[in-house]
Amino acid sequence: MTYLPKPRVQHPALTTNAIGLTRRDYEGALTTLCAGCGHDSVTAAIVQAFWELSVPPHTVGKLSGIGCSSKTPAYFLREAHGFNSVHGRMPSVATGAGLANSALALIGVSGDGDSLSIGLGQFAHAIRRNVNLLYLLENNGVYGLTKGQFSASADRGSKSKKGESNEMEPIDPVLVALTLGATFVARSFSGDKAQLVPLIKAGLAHQGFAFIDIISPCVTFNDHEGSTKSYAYTREHQVEVVHADFIPRREAIEAEQPADALTSVVLHDGSTLRLRRVADDYDPADRDRAYAAIRERQQHGEVLTGLLHVATGARDMAGQQQLPEMPLYQVPYDVLCPGADALAQLQRRYR
Amino acid sequence: MPRTNVEHPDYYHKVVDCQWACPAHTNVPEYIRLIAQGRYSDAYMVNRESNVFPGILGRTCDRPCEPACRRTRVDGTPVAICRLKRVAADHKDDIRDRLPRVPATKNGRHIALIGAGPASLTVANDLMPLGYACTIFEQGPKPGGLMRINIPSFRLPEEVLDEEIGYITGMGVDMRYSTPVGSLRALLEGPETFDAVFVGTGAPKGRELALPGRYDSDQVFIGKEWLESIHFGHVTSVGRRVLIIGAGNTAMDCCRSARRLGATEVTVVERKTRRFIKASPWELEDAEEEQVVILENHYPVRYVVDHGRLVGVEFDTFTARDAGDDIVQEPVGRRIVPCDTVIVAIGQENAFPWIERDLGILFDQWDVPVVDRVTHMSTRAGVFFGGDAAFGPGNIIWSVAHGHQAAISIHQFCHGVPVTERPAPGFTLSSTKMGLHEWAYSNNYSPVARQKMTHVDLSARFTTMSIEVEQGFTAEQTRKEVERCLNCDVQTHFTDSLCIECDACIDICPTDCLTLVQETPLETLRSRLKAPAPDTEQALFTSNPLKQTGRIMVKDENICLHCGLCAERCPTYAWDMRKFVLQQPMAGMTFIPLEAVGR
Ligand SMILES: Cc1cc2nc3c(=O)[nH]c(=O)nc-3n(C[C@H](O)[C@H](O)[C@H](O)COP(=O)(O)OP(=O)(O)OC[C@H]3O[C@@H](n4cnc5c(N)ncnc54)[C@H](O)[C@@H]3O)c2cc1C
Ligand SMILES: Cc1ncc(C[n+]2csc(CCOP(=O)(O)OP(=O)(O)O)c2C)c(N)n1
Ligand code: SF4
Ligand code: SF4
Ligand code: SF4
Ligand SMILES: [Mg+2]
Repeated sequence: MTYLPKPRVQHPALTTNAIGLTRRDYEGALTTLCAGCGHDSVTAAIVQAFWELSVPPHTVGKLSGIGCSSKTPAYFLREAHGFNSVHGRMPSVATGAGLANSALALIGVSGDGDSLSIGLGQFAHAIRRNVNLLYLLENNGVYGLTKGQFSASADRGSKSKKGESNEMEPIDPVLVALTLGATFVARSFSGDKAQLVPLIKAGLAHQGFAFIDIISPCVTFNDHEGSTKSYAYTREHQVEVVHADFIPRREAIEAEQPADALTSVVLHDGSTLRLRRVADDYDPADRDRAYAAIRERQQHGEVLTGLLHVATGARDMAGQQQLPEMPLYQVPYDVLCPGADALAQLQRRYR
Repeated sequence: MPRTNVEHPDYYHKVVDCQWACPAHTNVPEYIRLIAQGRYSDAYMVNRESNVFPGILGRTCDRPCEPACRRTRVDGTPVAICRLKRVAADHKDDIRDRLPRVPATKNGRHIALIGAGPASLTVANDLMPLGYACTIFEQGPKPGGLMRINIPSFRLPEEVLDEEIGYITGMGVDMRYSTPVGSLRALLEGPETFDAVFVGTGAPKGRELALPGRYDSDQVFIGKEWLESIHFGHVTSVGRRVLIIGAGNTAMDCCRSARRLGATEVTVVERKTRRFIKASPWELEDAEEEQVVILENHYPVRYVVDHGRLVGVEFDTFTARDAGDDIVQEPVGRRIVPCDTVIVAIGQENAFPWIERDLGILFDQWDVPVVDRVTHMSTRAGVFFGGDAAFGPGNIIWSVAHGHQAAISIHQFCHGVPVTERPAPGFTLSSTKMGLHEWAYSNNYSPVARQKMTHVDLSARFTTMSIEVEQGFTAEQTRKEVERCLNCDVQTHFTDSLCIECDACIDICPTDCLTLVQETPLETLRSRLKAPAPDTEQALFTSNPLKQTGRIMVKDENICLHCGLCAERCPTYAWDMRKFVLQQPMAGMTFIPLEAVGR
């Protein structure tokens, strides 16, 4: 690679956020992905969202598996903690990280190969456990890193670059997530930051597993005619049904718009999600109807995007396990591990 | 909204801020790249083509390019464009065989040029290679005009002047020294016939300050004349305490010359405050380095003379308070500032006692000739003006620019082509792409700060007038300074039909120059970009609506680093880095068949 480092010079009018950082302070190493890869746009959206939320980078844990998508945590938040796990195993590592340090804001970045083939089991159980994690699936319909084989999300009839047609049914991660009871399910597109950035912010604020399936075209292996995950195809078939605006706790909510199109959802941390229904028959609160609507519109070749389902109040993994408020890593060692005598005492109770 | 017309030569030219600001449109980034490659002679020739006197200008230019330089908007200080020019001049090889050649057969036209300053010399430089016979009438003994007799030798060594002027006179110009033109009528009617006359006599008169006491002593001098007297050796000393009235560039040369003649207390008096000082900031800085004191808010009232001896100047003094672009001054009182010599440096004026007023050359209400700003022709066909003689005191680079334009006019005039039908500028645009991530220019941004020029020791520099103060950049300094140039001539060129709206260019751009946005009127567009673009002096590029979403690509040219990252990250080659080369019209560039005019 002969890439130059991105110059640290910035526009003189670039503003700082509540903690005095510019957007550039949320960047990472320069990307090594192909020029034009959708994953880089998702990276830019992540940078923007964290900057807007004024999250201190060192309070973030970024995790991933294997794939072009999974490489991207290197390209944002250079000062955050990070773990690049083996293929498809990011959810386990995220679960462990969340258990050890519940104060970390966790963001996992995965791909359709990483999540829906080798990692499908892990993906499912992270949802089921409701790990407090923002899970981004950068979905390009191929294994980009290994040169463009169809992945499990490739649509039936979608053409490979060489012209072969995919014969298998796709796994739709959004439908999987809804089936497994995920409480925050969204779909977006790397080429639509106006939609994606607020979704990322909302997902970070959501208590529990927040899932965003992001159609993120592979410009090298899956952006041709006949592909159903290309820039052009996605732009033609994407239909936004619910637009979510994220309003952090400290900001006042402006005058309400017509009530029939707007719903407000107050999140665990006091921030508010304002949902604007773009298509009038869609209800993001009703999981079954959401599922049905997505399925129904899929038959007509439409890809529904936006915040497709959200429910608050479910206990996340830490709540289910009755973990203390204090992150486990901060609990003093003698409290966390009371010693051999305490163990012997406990065992005596089961004799 | 219409797509930006990048086919118009001005669009990309304007992006090259320095070149656009240079009156002679010197191709600055090109010569800086050549210096970076150690190709000093090539860099010199690129310079010479536009500005004719790279060695002289590399030391003395008023550098309108530097305040315009994009680098200022990026890290606060411009590239040392001017002093890099000097590097090329100092380190070049013998370039004499690369100078324009004068044809053996003359074209039969004879041009008279009055005054041997930079304006006339430029006209001769442009016309001699086209076969013209040029005669320069100069009242003084040597060529160069104010460059020689007014600019002190500690800023501009005589050898540099001699060399660069020699390249022109060496083309076979008929130089008539010590030949003042006392009557234009006589010249026009005289025994010799000329096809055209160029007046390059400068603005010869220093402005007077005739306050009470002006003529009661022999220690009040007019700055411009005083500097000339130093040049010719008529003045070799000065009082111990010297007051300079006025704070322009002439004042700076006067105060520094006074230090060299032995004055120990030198004070420059400005009527308003420091920010109104007309001198270039760098000249002021150099003067202050030489312990010259600046006195603000002082209005001179009279020269104080005691029995024929100047003892001081009386001033009204003021307080000042900022009021927007101006200040409000309130009187405080009067005071006498003691001194032994006063130098008045408050400006120059044109004077044409030798031009008869009935020759068809119209003079305006201020008694200066009416001259066309583009063609440089006066109201008498065939008589042209340039340099300070045309529109009042300017500087060397403007004189050169005038000379080029006047040469075009003279060439057309002599061939029966209307002087108003001027050749248009053109340009070439060529890709600098060398490989996936390689470009034919150094696109890596260098964060180094502007290099500081080394000066001769204070004590050493006062020993004689002719010790050049600036020592030029070292090799190391040059190496660093050239990399500060952002290569603004390597343009971000956009091909609408190729863009797939992937955002890659927008995401990578370090300075947020790029935005994909719905079409909006230009007025609202500037506030809708990724970074606000309030500076309307800096252009916005707008594309046609793009095929996938109908949005347009907008680029704010203002803070672009020309780093090429947008083009590197673009998957479709919609952005490309293309080198813009301006083709400036020059005399003789358009072919004019001699037969067409009956020759
Ligand atoms: C003190 C001082 C310092 C300056 N420093 C700088 C500087 O650092 N950088 C810069 O860019 N500019 C500087 N300038 C301005 C610059 O020197 C002039 O703008 C420039 O020289 C004008 O060029 P010109 O060709 O119009 O005429 P001039 O240089 O004025 O030359 C005119 C010539 O015509 C001759 N002449 C006049 N009348 C007649 C006649 N009737 N017959 C024959 N010959 C005649 C004169 O002797 C002279 O040689 C300075 C000016 C002064 C006064
Ligand atoms: C255990 C294991 N099996 C197989 C691979 C080979 N492999 C690397 S990346 C990849 C697929 C990645 O696809 P996806 O998650 O969609 O990422 P993309 O590159 O498309 O973003 C595979 C199969 C591997 N690295 N490790
Ligand atoms: S191969 Fe595809 S997914 Fe991987 S970096 Fe290139 S464009 Fe992106
Ligand atoms: S060259 Fe391209 S990436 Fe670099 S600053 Fe200019 S617009 Fe931005
Ligand atoms: S990188 Fe190229 S294709 Fe992508 S938006 Fe920019 S110009 Fe268009
Ligand atoms: Mg993939």
